[in-house]
Amino acid sequence: MAELTLPANSKPTTGKLWKAPAGTKNIKTFQIYRWDPDTGANPRIDSYEVDMDACGPMILDAIIKIKNEIDSTLTFRRSCREGVCGSCAMNIDGTNTLACTKFTSEVKGDVKIYPLPHMPVVKDLVPDLNHIFAQYETIEPWLKSDTPPGTRERLQSPAERAKLDGLWECILCFSCSTSCPSYWWNGDRYLGPAILLQAYRFIADSRDEATGERLDNLEDPFRLYRCHTIMNCTKTCPKGLNPAKAIGEIKKLMVERR
Amino acid sequence: MAESLSNGVKPHPRPLSPHLQVYKPQLTSITSILHRFSGIALSAGVLYLLCWLLAVAGGAETFDRLQDFNGSLIGRLLLLGWSVAFFYHLLNGIRHLAWDAGFGFELPAAYRSGYAVLIGTAVLTIAAWVIGYFQMGAF
Repeated sequence: MAELTLPANSKPTTGKLWKAPAGTKNIKTFQIYRWDPDTGANPRIDSYEVDMDACGPMILDAIIKIKNEIDSTLTFRRSCREGVCGSCAMNIDGTNTLACTKFTSEVKGDVKIYPLPHMPVVKDLVPDLNHIFAQYETIEPWLKSDTPPGTRERLQSPAERAKLDGLWECILCFSCSTSCPSYWWNGDRYLGPAILLQAYRFIADSRDEATGERLDNLEDPFRLYRCHTIMNCTKTCPKGLNPAKAIGEIKKLMVERR
Repeated sequence: MAESLSNGVKPHPRPLSPHLQVYKPQLTSITSILHRFSGIALSAGVLYLLCWLLAVAGGAETFDRLQDFNGSLIGRLLLLGWSVAFFYHLLNGIRHLAWDAGFGFELPAAYRSGYAVLIGTAVLTIAAWVIGYFQMGAF
């Protein structure tokens, strides 16, 4: 059931303001969600004034600068800093995206940063992804085949390979799943856009021979059919992929195989 | 998270990160929630239609009283609301049928169809009311 408000222990309070040194000319304020598991107090929104004349262009540059120079307790995930690892997905300026590929200059006014929405928070900007990875496991994200391996690779025609474009690029950052209201309200049973796009990636693969079994596993009022084509997923995907379309394709296959 | 850590300390329960409170609305999410609201409004409208039919069965006096209410400002506003809900749900329903058939998933197409539904709802609603008032001889 949809709970539109946050539980009492999750409502953020106003936190600390970290002023820039006097004389700083080009200031941008970052309002960042903080939660400390050691105290267990309610989350708070800390404000950091950052000198943009001495900061890289990306949101990730700014939060790394904050961690290095202003407040070393700020916690977030990051790795590749070039949009291929999916670690630094967070809610920036009201939509989910990767901090490393989002320009600070794209944000008007103060930059508001929250963890991925409607997730249990481990600390600050780090959400607990255990449940969503468990859901990923249920779709068995590997090629399955009864045909014994030949003497060489399993070949695909260029047309068969082209079907995987727009699917294989997903980096599992979960920006899409955590932008989806259906996933917010029914994430315990609904698989959500990221996992369903992955499911379709294996259904669409000509080398995979378990299509029927995969569709059987998705034929469920919750796992697949909680998608109402809200399209927050497609709008927010930092890789420009289209999970809503992939889900639509799965729904079509369900009808076609009857 | 309920179990104790290795040092016996019970961890604090994790908060839920903000969702509706911070996520920016966009055209496609607004048209989606409006589809649900207009569906609920139409369900209520069906009950009202039932009252209307009962009033017909109840004889001239009951029917006249209901018609008086329909003609009042509140009655007209309710009818306006239901006609908006009807045309919106109809047009957006067609949009959903196109999606079910596999068309219109690209973002620009989804935005175009969303604006088309909103404009179409306005045009059809105004047209229906102009025709209605014209039939009554208001012009």
